[in-house]
Amino acid sequence: EFRRFSLERSKPGKFEEFYGLLQHVHKIPNVDVLVGYTDIHGDLLPINNDDNYHKAVSTANPLLRIFIQRKEDADYSAFGTDTMTRKKNVLSNVLRPDNHKKKPHIVISMPQDFRPVSSIIDVDILPETHRRVRLYKYGTDKPLGFYIRDGSSVRVTPHGLEKVPGIFISRLVPGGLAQSTGLLAVNDEVLEVNGIEVSGKSLDQVTDMMIANSRNLIITVRPANQRNNVVRNSRTSGSSGQSTESSLPSSTPNILGSLLQGEEESDEEDIIIEDSGEPQQIPKAAPTSESIESLSQIELLHESTQNGFLPSSEMNLNHSAGSVSMEYEVPEAGRKSLEEDGTIITL
Amino acid sequence: MRRFLRPGHDPVRERLKRDLFQFNKTVEHGFPHQPSALGYSPFLRLMAIGTRSGAIKLYGAPGVEFMGLHEENNTVMQIHFIPDQCQLVTLLDDNSLHLWSLKQHGGASELREEHRFTLKGPPGSPPSATQVTAVLPHSSREVLYLGTESGNIFVVELPSFRVLEDRTITPEAVLQRIPEDNCNRRSCELVEALQEHPKNPDQILIGYSRGLIVLWDLQNNKATHHFLGSQQLENLYWQRDGSKFISCHYDGSYTQWPVSSDNRQPEPLENTVPYGPFPCKAISKIYWQTTKNGLPYIIFQGGMPRASYGDRHSISVIHGSQQTAFDFTSRVIDFFIIFSSDPAAEFDDPCALVVLAEEELVVIDLKSAGWPAVHPPYLASLHCSAITCSHHVSNIPLKLWERIISAGSKQNIHYSSMPWPIDGGTNIAPDPPQRDLLLTGHEDGTVRFWDASGVCLHLLYKLSTVRVFLTDADPNDNMNTLGEDEWPPLRKVGTFDPYSDDPRLGIQKIYLCKYSGYLAVAGTAGQVLVMELNDEDAEHAVDHAEADLLQDQEGYRWKGHEKLKTRDGPVRFEAGFQPFVLVQCQPPAVVTSLALHSEWKLVAFGTSHGFGLFDHQQKRLVFVKCTLHPSDQLALEGPLSRVKSLKKSLRQSFRRIRRSRVSSRKRRGGGGNASEVQEANAKFDQDALQEMELAPVQRKIEARSAEDSFTGFVRTLYFADTFLRDSSRHCPSLWAGTNGGTVYAFCLRVPPAERRMDEPVRAEQAKEIQLMHRAPVVGILVLDGRSTPLPEPLEVAHDLSKSPDMQGSHQLLVVSEEQFKVFTLPKVSSKLKLKLTALEGCRVRKVTVANFGSCKSDDYSENDLAVLTNLGDIQIISLPFLKLQIRYPCIRKEDVSGIASCVFTKYGQGFYLISPSEFERFSLSTKWLVEPRCIVDMPEVTSNNHVHNKSGTENAARKSSPGDCGEDERKSGRLMEHALLNDEKVLKEIQSTLEGGR
Repeated sequence: EFRRFSLERSKPGKFEEFYGLLQHVHKIPNVDVLVGYTDIHGDLLPINNDDNYHKAVSTANPLLRIFIQRKEDADYSAFGTDTMTRKKNVLSNVLRPDNHKKKPHIVISMPQDFRPVSSIIDVDILPETHRRVRLYKYGTDKPLGFYIRDGSSVRVTPHGLEKVPGIFISRLVPGGLAQSTGLLAVNDEVLEVNGIEVSGKSLDQVTDMMIANSRNLIITVRPANQRNNVVRNSRTSGSSGQSTESSLPSSTPNILGSLLQGEEESDEEDIIIEDSGEPQQIPKAAPTSESIESLSQIELLHESTQNGFLPSSEMNLNHSAGSVSMEYEVPEAGRKSLEEDGTIITL
Repeated sequence: MRRFLRPGHDPVRERLKRDLFQFNKTVEHGFPHQPSALGYSPFLRLMAIGTRSGAIKLYGAPGVEFMGLHEENNTVMQIHFIPDQCQLVTLLDDNSLHLWSLKQHGGASELREEHRFTLKGPPGSPPSATQVTAVLPHSSREVLYLGTESGNIFVVELPSFRVLEDRTITPEAVLQRIPEDNCNRRSCELVEALQEHPKNPDQILIGYSRGLIVLWDLQNNKATHHFLGSQQLENLYWQRDGSKFISCHYDGSYTQWPVSSDNRQPEPLENTVPYGPFPCKAISKIYWQTTKNGLPYIIFQGGMPRASYGDRHSISVIHGSQQTAFDFTSRVIDFFIIFSSDPAAEFDDPCALVVLAEEELVVIDLKSAGWPAVHPPYLASLHCSAITCSHHVSNIPLKLWERIISAGSKQNIHYSSMPWPIDGGTNIAPDPPQRDLLLTGHEDGTVRFWDASGVCLHLLYKLSTVRVFLTDADPNDNMNTLGEDEWPPLRKVGTFDPYSDDPRLGIQKIYLCKYSGYLAVAGTAGQVLVMELNDEDAEHAVDHAEADLLQDQEGYRWKGHEKLKTRDGPVRFEAGFQPFVLVQCQPPAVVTSLALHSEWKLVAFGTSHGFGLFDHQQKRLVFVKCTLHPSDQLALEGPLSRVKSLKKSLRQSFRRIRRSRVSSRKRRGGGGNASEVQEANAKFDQDALQEMELAPVQRKIEARSAEDSFTGFVRTLYFADTFLRDSSRHCPSLWAGTNGGTVYAFCLRVPPAERRMDEPVRAEQAKEIQLMHRAPVVGILVLDGRSTPLPEPLEVAHDLSKSPDMQGSHQLLVVSEEQFKVFTLPKVSSKLKLKLTALEGCRVRKVTVANFGSCKSDDYSENDLAVLTNLGDIQIISLPFLKLQIRYPCIRKEDVSGIASCVFTKYGQGFYLISPSEFERFSLSTKWLVEPRCIVDMPEVTSNNHVHNKSGTENAARKSSPGDCGEDERKSGRLMEHALLNDEKVLKEIQSTLEGGR
């Protein structure tokens, strides 16, 4: 069925208001819908936030054709998929903070539903036999889901081959994050945890290190199965290749989006409740003049050693993340951009 | 690239670090774990104790102690001092003999192993041929007679341990002149005892286990007398004049034999079974001591009637009509008598009986009527009842010190006033720099106050909390009360009593305010007692309150133990710390954290369910806060403290006693053979590897979540006067940290002193911080404007600390098991952090602020964090910048109970349990070091041609160079003076505060 109504082009208002208006006009106040419009190229594009709503209104010539679909039976493939649309997806990915929570289940193929669960990083600096995997832990909804054990591995040393103790992945929990990425497997040897070598450390020590880093866990492994290794300058095959796609550039805003939700992957942001008010994240203090040097040293040192990245000067700041404070953004974005470099080389 | 810019490579700072920090294990306090041998030198007046782990410890006058460790870590079987020498020989259970000597080095004596030796028989002979059973150091000091299982007695030269084969006393030679009917090869099996004639060094008495005793003439190499005993021999003892000797036997009898030149094969003079006529246990050792009045002291071990008292560990003393069987709670290892050592004296005149039991040392005064026990100045049995917690207080004001001592002396009236009889050597260590108290809480509900200032850990006072409660055990029901005419005349001695009447009485947390004399203790059944020091006995009722920590929660059922029943009405308390307030948590879960603020008169306590604040001035509960996560059913039901039957608790006590058989001693030990060690390590690693492959142990990797169990467990409580709400006004506050990484801050309103009783204390929650990594919060600290930790309550009032800087902004330091974080106040924003676990895989177990002084300049000192990790490492972390300064390995990571028991002092020392009965003391500071330093003087120094000096002990390593020592002494002397001066000044104030407080 069709409805026609007018909007003031100069003052389109917020997307929420518009969404409410649509529901009101169609008398479907409690039905979740997907809103789309056809742009000047004839592609069907989604409207789900202020930015693409404003964009849509501005492109109305003079009529803006809106398509509304019930969410359950939405046909996602209808949305544009060519190169032109992908550029705009960058804009479309800035989400309303509670967008995930509203949805009963994760819907595949909507860009806003993507978030990285894992990535292969630092491919350019690691030997081909090693793989550095980053697991993203969001809140508590999905367990990391793996076990480690003691074992022994054979190393090449100046004295020939030598058997040395090592730490291995012993079990993957079905449905856990580790298993679902396909990047870790039973009997993979763990070499580093967040940039720190595990050799000489006990199983308990490595366990504690992994749990301490569980919100942003980066494990360097030597896969037991060496056939799926990343081969430089060529496309990877198999499961690992698929997984790396999850860290396409489009994921960057998602990280920032998740920061807004307080489900950040690093543990920087403790929560404070003042006078029984609303919980808030604890901001970082501006360094005082006397301690600035040592402070920044420590902070940077941790950032770099823990993640194994070098902070980059090239900031891949996304303009859509304006509401996020700079303190979060700088390290995140810096980290992110490098990570992408790694991935891009893979691809 | 920044990662290469590691901080801490500033050469000035590096130098300063060397002046500030130094790690030393200095002394072991308490009673040696699993003692196995005892020796005494009447000449040196030193006692030696050997242990099953191969340690030997020498003790003389208080403060005089030496320690050595056999590399083999084998059980020490026997210890014999070489007569009139600073030397001793030990026999280990691997049949090796070791010669140790005390040598002066750098102005102090040191115990060193000089030589080792294993007796070797002719090739092909069975090992028993050379298995040493008896050792006799001859008074000539030149030879050692070694009795063996084969009946041969070998003679070895000292100190070279060269076997003089031509002087070996073989069974064949002994049997030559024995009458035919006793001439049996078997009668010379196993030499049980060797004793030198007291007057004639050319004669030795040889006792064989089957009962044959032979007096052997060393000059002519033949037996002069034969004594045909029929009972299995246990031991021999010469009477002083050499005219008689005594043998004691397996059947509980002892026999007197005359020695005269006319009868070469005498009959026994007297054969007695002291606890007959029914079968008795063996008498394993006997002394016959002569006195002026003619009545001898007969002192023997064992001999109890087998059926009814066979399980007793006793030593009997018979003197004329007086007879007492001292009854020990643990096995008797050995004993000796201290008597007149002057060879010219006519009588023995015994003065003291020294008994080494498995769990304690007991000394009986034989001179005073009633034979009272002597209070030992060292070797205290820390584990009389198992230690459940400890608390250290540095720099006790003199007045409080004296009051505690006076309270303690009233408890010790039943002890003998005899000066400590083992008084060899001279303590030359400087006086301890300050008066330190170590408080230990025990399973039986007692708190013991130890003088931890110096080398001797000495019990000052014992406090029992049991009186407040009604327990199953009736205090009048004493199992050992026997009537006057009971036989045998058993008398229980010693303090070791591992049986707890009620495990709920156990002490879990202690807090003592040294300025006010207020003491708070908390226990296993959620009981919190606040006490104050009273110099007189008093009878009063204890105010009783209940804190329901589950106020807002419903539908839960506590399945743990019940709370303790309290005694109604007034209770009589002896002089000392007397409770006046009792708060019982509901549910009665174990108290996991405790804080006392003596100035505000508030006590805070926390359990696995929440925490509460009690005003002990108005005797009113201020508030409670439940920290329990609604889904945390486990914590609610209290599996940590399920109802324990008495039987179970007994079993656990036993287990605890046995436990640290595994916890082998320290890692030190001799320099050793490096390659050997490596080889052994390699082998161990290999074995370990194989083991791993056989049984892989898995660890689950999972992020902690809010739903984990015991997140509400309150781990730490802290009072601070700081800026909680706004930066213009500071106020009293209470901080609490939980196992789930939550920090609660409450703003307190404490009425001014003049209206303190009229207006209630109010509290309001101001902040709640959730650490995202959710690791347990183990420490909370507020730093003032100068980044100095806030002083303790009353510290400023007594001019002992600068008042905190309230101008600059305060900072909050939260220490979790995984991270150190500094936040700004009053607006909480994160400033700094150190992620320990993420970087190193270790977790914080204990953390304290310690003050480190420089050994180079008297006026420099700084505050740092002393941290013990779960790997047993100690790390020093700077304040306020959280930089790791230095790391020392301290405790083996497998030694969980050692790590759990560790307590730091405020001046960079610490203690941890190396066994249930021993504290190891260590020091992280260059300036505050308490270690034994003593001299044992020898009338004549013998020239020993030692082949080499093996520095098998740690002594060489831990002593500083002689040059430094003088300096240390001077400095400490000054410090003590300074401390005293300080006290004079504050004494009156403290007193007035105390009086004002009542």
